[in-house]
Amino acid sequence: MPLDAFEPTLFELSSENEGRSWLPQDDGAELDALLPTQCLNADMPSLPIVAELDVVRHFTKLSRRNFCIESGFYPLGSCTMKYNPKICDSLASLPGFANLHPQADADMAQGTLGLMDDISDFLEQLSGMDKVTTNPCAGAHGEFCGMLLVRAYHRDQGSDRDTVLVPDSAHGTNPATAAMVGYKTLEVKSNAEGCVDLDDLKSKLNDNVAALMLTNPNTLGLFEKDILEIAKVVHDAGALLYYDGANLNAIAGVARPGDMGFDVVHINLHKTFSTPHGGGGPGAGPVGVKSHLVPYLPIPLIENNGGKYALNYESKKSIGQLSTFFGNTGIVLRAYVYMRMHGAGGIRQNSVHAVLNARYLKYKLKDLIPAEIDADNMHEFVLTLKDKKRFGDFNAMAFAKNLIDRGYHAPTVYFPLIVKEALMIEPTETESKRTLDEFAAVVADIMAEAKADPEKALHAPYTTPVRKLDEVTAARQPVLTQPCLE
Amino acid sequence: MVFIPHTPDEKQSMLDALGLQTEDQLFHMIPAQLQNPAIEFPPALTELEISEVMNDAAANNPASQCVSFLGGGAYAHFIPQAVSAIISRGDFSTAYTPYQPEVSQGTLQAIFEFQTMISRLTGMDACNAGVYDGASALAEGALMACRAVRKDVVLVSSSVNPHYRRVLQTYLDGPGIEVIEVPAADGATDVNALKEALSDKVAAFFVQYPNYYGVVEPLEDIAAALQDSKALLGVSANPHALGVLKTPGALGADIVTGDLQPLGISLSYGGPYAGYVACTEKYIRQLPGRLVGQTKDEDGKTGYVLTLQTREQHIRRAKATSNICTNQALCALAATVYLALMGPKGLRDAATLSVKKAHALQQALCEIEGVSLEYSQPFFHEFALRLPVPARQFIEAAKQRGLLPGIAIQDDAKLLLVCATELTKTSDIDLYKTILTEALQPTVA
Repeated sequence: MPLDAFEPTLFELSSENEGRSWLPQDDGAELDALLPTQCLNADMPSLPIVAELDVVRHFTKLSRRNFCIESGFYPLGSCTMKYNPKICDSLASLPGFANLHPQADADMAQGTLGLMDDISDFLEQLSGMDKVTTNPCAGAHGEFCGMLLVRAYHRDQGSDRDTVLVPDSAHGTNPATAAMVGYKTLEVKSNAEGCVDLDDLKSKLNDNVAALMLTNPNTLGLFEKDILEIAKVVHDAGALLYYDGANLNAIAGVARPGDMGFDVVHINLHKTFSTPHGGGGPGAGPVGVKSHLVPYLPIPLIENNGGKYALNYESKKSIGQLSTFFGNTGIVLRAYVYMRMHGAGGIRQNSVHAVLNARYLKYKLKDLIPAEIDADNMHEFVLTLKDKKRFGDFNAMAFAKNLIDRGYHAPTVYFPLIVKEALMIEPTETESKRTLDEFAAVVADIMAEAKADPEKALHAPYTTPVRKLDEVTAARQPVLTQPCLE
Repeated sequence: MVFIPHTPDEKQSMLDALGLQTEDQLFHMIPAQLQNPAIEFPPALTELEISEVMNDAAANNPASQCVSFLGGGAYAHFIPQAVSAIISRGDFSTAYTPYQPEVSQGTLQAIFEFQTMISRLTGMDACNAGVYDGASALAEGALMACRAVRKDVVLVSSSVNPHYRRVLQTYLDGPGIEVIEVPAADGATDVNALKEALSDKVAAFFVQYPNYYGVVEPLEDIAAALQDSKALLGVSANPHALGVLKTPGALGADIVTGDLQPLGISLSYGGPYAGYVACTEKYIRQLPGRLVGQTKDEDGKTGYVLTLQTREQHIRRAKATSNICTNQALCALAATVYLALMGPKGLRDAATLSVKKAHALQQALCEIEGVSLEYSQPFFHEFALRLPVPARQFIEAAKQRGLLPGIAIQDDAKLLLVCATELTKTSDIDLYKTILTEALQPTVA
């Protein structure tokens, strides 16, 4: 991966040039004849002035300082960094989709609305839920929607439950979402097998508990095999079961959250259905519910009246609106293309190979770095470098940086929080056996070198455009914008 | 098997290594009754076939080809070709959140440049690297204000986009924050009503600039009205308009939010867009979402990192400033590239032209008998037009002729919200006038 060294900022590249005319001149009235002078900024906007070639070159150089799926293996646990098909991007960007205004009447936008309705149907089938909304803009936005639904349901039952249970292995978004919706959170312990401790769960379930938020398979990559019993005790307590769909890529087409007893699910389209992550978005987080939660779904709802689609904003019990319009439509269309190219069988095969790859890779690494839990994992697994006797000071961060030096992205590190010195690895189904074998060989090499020269291993990376960065000073004395260059 | 590279032999050897006979054994831990659900799904399509399906669907969106005067929170603007060329680079589009800074300097530096540009455009000290859109940005800004001053009432002008107000309600309901609407007079915030609504419980007042009706709100008067209270001034600002309007920061705003869609992001039926939340130095640690900071590496080289992460969900969990994780980084990048290409002159020209076209359109339409401008306030590139007939009736008639004349304003059946941008042609204005004139002709019985 050729990485350019230093690249100045746009502001450092800016010239005294007057700047380019992009638009035809208009000889109409002057601006100050149309708007009062006190509204107008006497100064030009404070933006850099850079010629087009230099802008293109600048961003091209920056792009070459990024690791991405297209440059190498990205075994980032919980993130499902699989291949993002080009065809999905190009079809979702057709002018008929890209130039469609969200305030156009529904009868002039039947093409897009029909696809949105179709994908909701597919997601209902895959998740085993009764109704899906594609309104949420991301996984966390889906969680927000889902937990608002949980709250609306309980309130409608005349109950003011105020607590949400979250496993100690959960993603940070779960407790953060519960808090945003106005809930207190309580942690449920994991047992020695890395799954929900049923006794601890039962001891914490009572009339104040609104829901249990669960990821299945969980963040250790383990399927909660007691899921049917978990669902039963949660429901017996009058609480609901929430499915965090971050790890759906392990079971899509194989088993359905709806059949497990989940009442509400969110699905990360940018993971399981492979829309590009974009350096942190945009994604999409559709939410599916069982029938008892349908009345509370966010507005607008897409209605299908015999193949004629309409948007309905009238819903008495709705939790309300989540975004300006209807969520990240362009991302939903990409996922639609992906689904249609796979069919149910293809989606299932993705899960099969995602699990096969993860199990195989864990097997290849078993003598190098121990797993936290000795159990059959699904699409991801968690290794640990906590054994000081064996690994000395060589910790998860050092391992990550050494991997980066060898042209791989690091796994997710220090997560889940219940594992010390955690390495969370998710290969996804689009990696070949050869890639996995090479990766395992590289890990062996890293571990051998770390033993031979511990000091050197601790100071990686050496080959990247910048080396280890001073994050402490960055947080203590934040520099969040370029100071004005005089 | 669309994107799976395994050969049958490889797959078998992997299963052998694991001591498995069949792929189904991979799922032995899943209870049998849960396995093999009956899923009804259309059969898989090849790339060629799905292309046909999508082309047909795209052709079934006639609105995308109409002459359009729709605004209301999403705007058709000129976008230089280089924007999509750059953001389509796999190095940007297929990268993950930049948690490993040494191999994410591209995304991180671009975000730093974004933060700088939006801070300058809005007149703020800092800006986050994106929330979902303009509506969620306003809601997050309101939550932030409540945290910052520890109060639980938010005032919002009724001249704010109704979609934004609905989203605000959704977001503020959870933590139990009360939202009170301040009425508008003549299409802008009623400053006297605002003064009356103030109390020591009020965390902030939020107003839109330009507002839903296109009116350039009198921010200075509003800031003055808030002066004696401890309430913050939050402004939801269209960044395109900031090409010519005074910055909210210069007029007294504490928090500025908005939608980046007008900066190089396509309409795409409502998303993906990106929202921004900017603020003065005092409130930086209350910002939601990602922030990038400039720092040095071990060798003293300048580099960039995600910073102040203790605000975020992955560190602070239940005590985070927001649950947001995936932001809209690629959309923020599009806005960054757009601003870099357009430069100060390009942005100012586009905003100036938008104003001119909108005023030319308004004047042309108000020459028609019975048609009038609803409000006497200065407007940017949108305006409320009073028709002698129900707006819906005119929209239906215009649609038949390939014209989308505007948005029916909910509270008054005869009001139409009309928008022009730099893309509006003189011939479009003429066509609009013709169609409206003919629509208002008394039909001969």
